[in-house]
Amino acid sequence: MSWIPPLLVAIPLLSAAVVAGLDHVTPKAIQDGLVVLASTATTVLAVILLWQAESHEVVHWFGGWRLQHGVALGIDFAVGPVAAGMCVVIGIVVTLALVYSLTFMREAARLFDALMLLALGAMCGFAMSGDLFNLFVWLELMAVAAYALTGFQVEQLGPVQGAVNFAITNSIGGYLFAIGIALLYARTGALNLAQIGKTLSHGPAGGLVIVAMTLLLCGFLVKGAVVPFHLWAADAYAVAPAPVCAVLGGVMTDIGLIGVARLYWTVFEAPFGQSHAVGDVLLWLGIVTAVLAGTMAFLQRHLKRMLAYSVVCHIGIMLAGIGLLDSSGLAGAELMFLAHALLTAGLFFVAGILHVDHALIDELHLRGRGRGCRSPAIAWFAGTIGLLGTPYVGIYLGHAGIDEGATELGRPWVLALLWLGSALAGAALLRAGARIFLGWGDAEDPLLGEPMEEEPLERDVFRPLLVCVAVVAVAIGIAVSVVPGLGQRAEYAADRFREGAAYTARVMGVHPMAPAQSLAVTIRHTTLESLLYGGSATVFAVGLALVGLYRRRLPRSVRVATGRTLAPPIYVLRSLHSGVVGDYVTWLVVGTAVLGGVWAALLHG
Amino acid sequence: MSYLPYAVAAWVCVVGLAGIATSRNLIHLAICLMVTQSSSYVLLLSVGYVTHGKAPIFKETKLGTTAVDPVVQALTLTDIVVSVAVIALILALALDAHRLSGTVDPDGVADISG
Repeated sequence: MSWIPPLLVAIPLLSAAVVAGLDHVTPKAIQDGLVVLASTATTVLAVILLWQAESHEVVHWFGGWRLQHGVALGIDFAVGPVAAGMCVVIGIVVTLALVYSLTFMREAARLFDALMLLALGAMCGFAMSGDLFNLFVWLELMAVAAYALTGFQVEQLGPVQGAVNFAITNSIGGYLFAIGIALLYARTGALNLAQIGKTLSHGPAGGLVIVAMTLLLCGFLVKGAVVPFHLWAADAYAVAPAPVCAVLGGVMTDIGLIGVARLYWTVFEAPFGQSHAVGDVLLWLGIVTAVLAGTMAFLQRHLKRMLAYSVVCHIGIMLAGIGLLDSSGLAGAELMFLAHALLTAGLFFVAGILHVDHALIDELHLRGRGRGCRSPAIAWFAGTIGLLGTPYVGIYLGHAGIDEGATELGRPWVLALLWLGSALAGAALLRAGARIFLGWGDAEDPLLGEPMEEEPLERDVFRPLLVCVAVVAVAIGIAVSVVPGLGQRAEYAADRFREGAAYTARVMGVHPMAPAQSLAVTIRHTTLESLLYGGSATVFAVGLALVGLYRRRLPRSVRVATGRTLAPPIYVLRSLHSGVVGDYVTWLVVGTAVLGGVWAALLHG
Repeated sequence: MSYLPYAVAAWVCVVGLAGIATSRNLIHLAICLMVTQSSSYVLLLSVGYVTHGKAPIFKETKLGTTAVDPVVQALTLTDIVVSVAVIALILALALDAHRLSGTVDPDGVADISG
């Protein structure tokens, strides 16, 4: 029995309690040191755990409640390479965000650090948990920490409203999840994922399990900001402090997807695995999310809202990868998560630097003001290109894995739609970068709507540290596609993650794992299609960014024609994102009902 | 075992959601949120109920006595604790919204969209 999994949760949670308790007692330097130390220690332990998990499933039964006569009664952490890898990424992003906050949030109360550590512990617990109710508790714990962090600057109205929308929609998602747990418990009498999977693998599932699955998966999709449950994301990200955005957008939103994948393969594959219905619905949700959020990103002028939609867009691509239900797709989603987390965090860090430098966060207001800040500019453009999926940069390897999965499944059209999504979001970021750092484009653009009220941000920061953190985040993210051996390991991890029955057997300790074959340490080859799509997505994004910048130079007839066709859908799209929480909840309920209906129709026949 | 508790749970959940969707007051909204969550308590407790079962306190009880499921009660308690944190936070935010904008109507507070 390994002691590392509980430590990954205990260290951040205990340090959070100490930091909160010693507020005003110890000098600030000691507190800062403790916070960064705790988060670094968690990251290092996660790396060790990843190394252990490579050869066997690391299982920890709390309180020594092991199996009793082959029945799982206790609560366990079951860690494979996917869960351990998630913990490593979470640790890195949170540590970078904490270092960034050392000066960025200097004036903030120390509770800020405590909340960040709380979120870190909760996310690690979520990634590792092998118990359904335990998943719910971690989900709620990280959510509460995130609401408080979003609304941290309560002296302004924006953060308060963003936090309210975030808290209400995500709480409802949590309640749906709780109801789903109750139904599944009623059907199986178990809360341990392995035990539930074992029970459901005997006999037909029936309507109750379909309802339970809908509620459980929708709970995660709300957390993961998948269309139509994504409406809260932009409101929350627009107002949260930059380091909080980095954690929210980089890892906390994406973590909903790991929940979807975990539940599907441990629990619902056994009863519903014969048909591809569950996966197909997830695939379509992912595609719609990617294209819609990409479009929304292009229509933003507020940098953090733009980044929020870019996050949602990439979440759609990752969900599509999971929805393919094969190893290449899942491995692609993993690699994309890794690259996307760091690149997104880096871009949010740059946005924070611009906000501090100029007290502005609006693309048009910032036009030309970034001239001369060379390092932030390089970080911004490098991060953008990484998120575009230019061949062998950033998220490319992950995207290529998803491409491969889709091609094998005989759905080559998936590729085009997903690349379109990331090109749209990338075009928005490129356009913003060119306008801010190079001063290109017009100073006014009615397409981008009204400016949001800008809150002045007066901070006494140590700028080189902020720049350094941003550059480090982007540099790691960019390098993901060219790390030798990473692609093969992701695929091996995905293979293991997908074996629901074998997972059950390993957690239940029925048979030990076969020794892992040695994996190649080379840069993974990708197909010609992925290279072509990656290249053309880059060209398309650059072209679209230029159109966005110099729209007025297009011939008048073209402008009028496109304006006439595009104006109504853009208007509809914008008015859907109304900022009113009642609308969001309505969408959430309707979305859940529709998903449940579709699954009932497809699976019950 | 009748279907009544399940019908009650479904009804409470739907009523709460309808209240949230149409609410014009953040305090009212927070209460609707609690109503929605209460449905999961009702559901959990009815799932674990055994007709003529005793409370699951096993001190000085004969082996083999029928008792209701203690697990769902533990889940309900945890659920309540979690919701208290969320509701407290939302009420605190509602106070701040009122202080800053003079209203607790979510539509009136809204200044972000698109």
